[in-house]
Amino acid sequence: MTLLFGMLSGAFPAAAAERVSDKQAIQILDRLGFGPTAADVAHVKAVGIDRYIAEQLDPASIAENPELTARLDAFGTLKLSPVQLFVEYGPLRPVNGVKPSPDEQKARRQRARIILQQAQDARVLRALDSRRQLQEVMVDFWFNHFNVFAGKGLDHLWIGAFEEQAIRPYAFGHFGDLLRATARHPAMIFYLDNAQNSAPGSKGPGGRDLGLNENYAREVMELHTLGADGGYSQDDVIALARILTGWGLARPNQKPPDGTGFLFDASRHDIAPKHFLGRDIAPAGEAEAVEALDLLARSPATAHHIAFELARYFVADQPPPALVDKLAARYLATDGDIRAILQTLFASGEFRASLGGKYKTPYRYLLSAERAAGVTVKNPRPLLNAMARLGQPLYGCQTPDGYQDTADKWLSPDATMIRAGFAVALANGNLPVGDDPAPAEMMAQPVAAAIGRGGKREPVEAAPVERLLGPVLSANTKTVVAEAPPAQRAALLLGSPDFMRR
Amino acid sequence: MTDLNRRDVLSLAAAGATLAFAAPGWAAAPAAPKRLVVVMLRGAVDGLNVVVPYAEDAYYEARPTIAVPRPGAEDGALALDDHFGLHPALAAAMPLWRDKQLAFVHAARPPDPTRSHFDAQLFVENGTPGKHGTADGWMNRLLAALQGPHGPTEAVAIGPVLPQILHGKLAVSNLPLGPAAAKPLAIDKPEVGGLFDRLYSANDPLGRAWREGRAARTELVAGLPQEEPPPEGGAAPANAFPAQAGRLAHLLTHDDRIRLVFASLGGWDTHVRQGNQTGQLADRLRPLGEGLATLAQGLGPAWNDTVVVVISEFGRTVRENGDGGTDHGHGNAIWLAGGKVNGGRIYGEWPGLATARLYEGRDLAVTTDYRAVLAAVTGRHLGLSDRSLAQLFPGFSPARSDLDKLLA
Repeated sequence: MTLLFGMLSGAFPAAAAERVSDKQAIQILDRLGFGPTAADVAHVKAVGIDRYIAEQLDPASIAENPELTARLDAFGTLKLSPVQLFVEYGPLRPVNGVKPSPDEQKARRQRARIILQQAQDARVLRALDSRRQLQEVMVDFWFNHFNVFAGKGLDHLWIGAFEEQAIRPYAFGHFGDLLRATARHPAMIFYLDNAQNSAPGSKGPGGRDLGLNENYAREVMELHTLGADGGYSQDDVIALARILTGWGLARPNQKPPDGTGFLFDASRHDIAPKHFLGRDIAPAGEAEAVEALDLLARSPATAHHIAFELARYFVADQPPPALVDKLAARYLATDGDIRAILQTLFASGEFRASLGGKYKTPYRYLLSAERAAGVTVKNPRPLLNAMARLGQPLYGCQTPDGYQDTADKWLSPDATMIRAGFAVALANGNLPVGDDPAPAEMMAQPVAAAIGRGGKREPVEAAPVERLLGPVLSANTKTVVAEAPPAQRAALLLGSPDFMRR
Repeated sequence: MTDLNRRDVLSLAAAGATLAFAAPGWAAAPAAPKRLVVVMLRGAVDGLNVVVPYAEDAYYEARPTIAVPRPGAEDGALALDDHFGLHPALAAAMPLWRDKQLAFVHAARPPDPTRSHFDAQLFVENGTPGKHGTADGWMNRLLAALQGPHGPTEAVAIGPVLPQILHGKLAVSNLPLGPAAAKPLAIDKPEVGGLFDRLYSANDPLGRAWREGRAARTELVAGLPQEEPPPEGGAAPANAFPAQAGRLAHLLTHDDRIRLVFASLGGWDTHVRQGNQTGQLADRLRPLGEGLATLAQGLGPAWNDTVVVVISEFGRTVRENGDGGTDHGHGNAIWLAGGKVNGGRIYGEWPGLATARLYEGRDLAVTTDYRAVLAAVTGRHLGLSDRSLAQLFPGFSPARSDLDKLLA
């Protein structure tokens, strides 16, 4: 811990002597977390900004909100392994040669909706209520970096497991571990089609001819590691695809080595030597891909790409190049230690100077509005529907680039209307977020059935929201709010242009 | 109350919001505007299975499991000429072909050879292939090149976000056209909306987006018919495009201000089991063909003043991969439809599928720069001058080609 504080000193005045303004506290909570609550502002002011950053970078040191822990405990599907999920909820297999009927398969698929719903509910409740706010921010960041889409084939079974097993444990770890965990996870293997990537000429079930599939090999370089301008060629894409042949999923008749469902199938692996990114990769079966991923994780192009993305996410849509270079150097010096890179980022002058300047994504706007309104969310469905309406359905990004977080992607005429409409509905108590969530069998209905239930809540009181957000409001907003009828004030605050930025 | 009256009342009610756009003459835009609708197929649609070169054995040799059968076979391609056939799932668009209102330019794409979806889509949209940093999109620059006066509902992106292609200096709108598109919002009430207008009065990006959004709601959304919500628990349609196209036709026939429309459809990145005459790709093409037919019908006489361009970022490999799919390729087909399209023929130089003619030994070569197609459309259909064209696509000047005949 001493070392940590040593590195951070200089960014902000030392905690003992520091007087944190409300505005500073709000802005830090808007970057390291999903926006201010009265309690969090008080905490940041009490411990100081340096200490708050250090706490957040060490989530295990923060006692979790016990009510949240109890809520999460009820989400059983998040505790299952990919193999268990497949067995429990996957497509029915023939029994004694009798195929299941279409109706049986449909009912099975209906039942499996609980997985996506629990994953979504857990994600939103954690983002709203976790005291480990930065951890939830980093889970969102890395999930989008390694995006998988719940709507593709079997991935509706594994979407929650992917986040629990391949993203969350590594959010502050070494990038190489995160990369390997995602590369081996069934959700990624299925999403980017590596499950069937096979040596040309090898045979699949029924003697079918198999061959290469470039999808994962290309995207892992373009999106996950080197970046589109990272200096690889089409030959490198093909070489990496060959290296990755056989790196796939256990079929129902194959016994996976463990509950992850990952299986390296040597019979489908291309055994010829490969030349990848200027290096010779000797034939070594499963270990070839481990070597290639390691090569990618250690590349300066990857360091730059990750540094750029982090700086864009935490600092500015067009991040200062000097900061990106500094973070990339930190990446290379620490073998991609994410926590160390974030320490450097949060300690930088560029970070401090940028506070308040980012436009919120729909995800961030909606979460921050609930937090600022002080509404206890029991049922996250109305929030999830609003995310979808604003073009950011949770786990619903079809393409592997994930959701971006820059203003040019999200600031649109329609978005301003829908956000303001949401603010009014929230403030007036017209969002049924406070209702007890529907029982599990109800939740297995289409989303449309689960919204709009329940009655009105009490309207949100304007005065506490005004006290909380006051320090970041413009003079115009203050005037308009002061002159508005009291019943409209909370909506105006939560829908104000000031509250769209962080 | 008629639609028109209702809209007038709402416009009046929101006068605070619309004042900023009350440029003289805006309401009196010329009747029957020439329109351009761009539909982008994100993810690289397999153009060789859309416009199928059925006369070439190389096509069938390269695609043992995913080829579309020759015309005449069961579910075979629908013959377009003696070389090419249309995917049978696009049967709904065949009447347009027969009426010579549907054409294709084969072996086209942006000239930058990237196989990255995201870079290639960016280049389609920003109109500066190979250059990432361009701040705006070519459709916004096109708007600026068209004769004014300009207003925010002159260009509409369908969907909840504003794509790069419409980014730029001129005001534009976006709105999703789902079944709930016409659903009122609390801010439509004057006493609420007026307060928000004051909050968003600044001349900054948020204030501008706000005013554009208000214009879209008062001018566009107010003109959409209220629909019955879909039955509770009822299955959503697998693809909403035909219904959206119907709503778009309603908007366009009721509002002469709209001149440019952009829509995008996803799900074309078929690396695995894309199918042949049936299957995944067929299931995505069918609603697209139906949507085009719906739009053509719904527009009625306005179809004569409309050109629809369907474009994707690049094509897919000639050979199928090991999984009954195709990987990222190069040349693709661009589709054009409209009353004045010189249709019923395939444009562009067809390079063929002989191995020696393939790009990098694997992909359909590119013989037409997509900008040449768009230049023909914007020049002939929208009357853009060569000088304006240079603003749309800096550094590009089209050579004479058969594309000059693309529009009647």
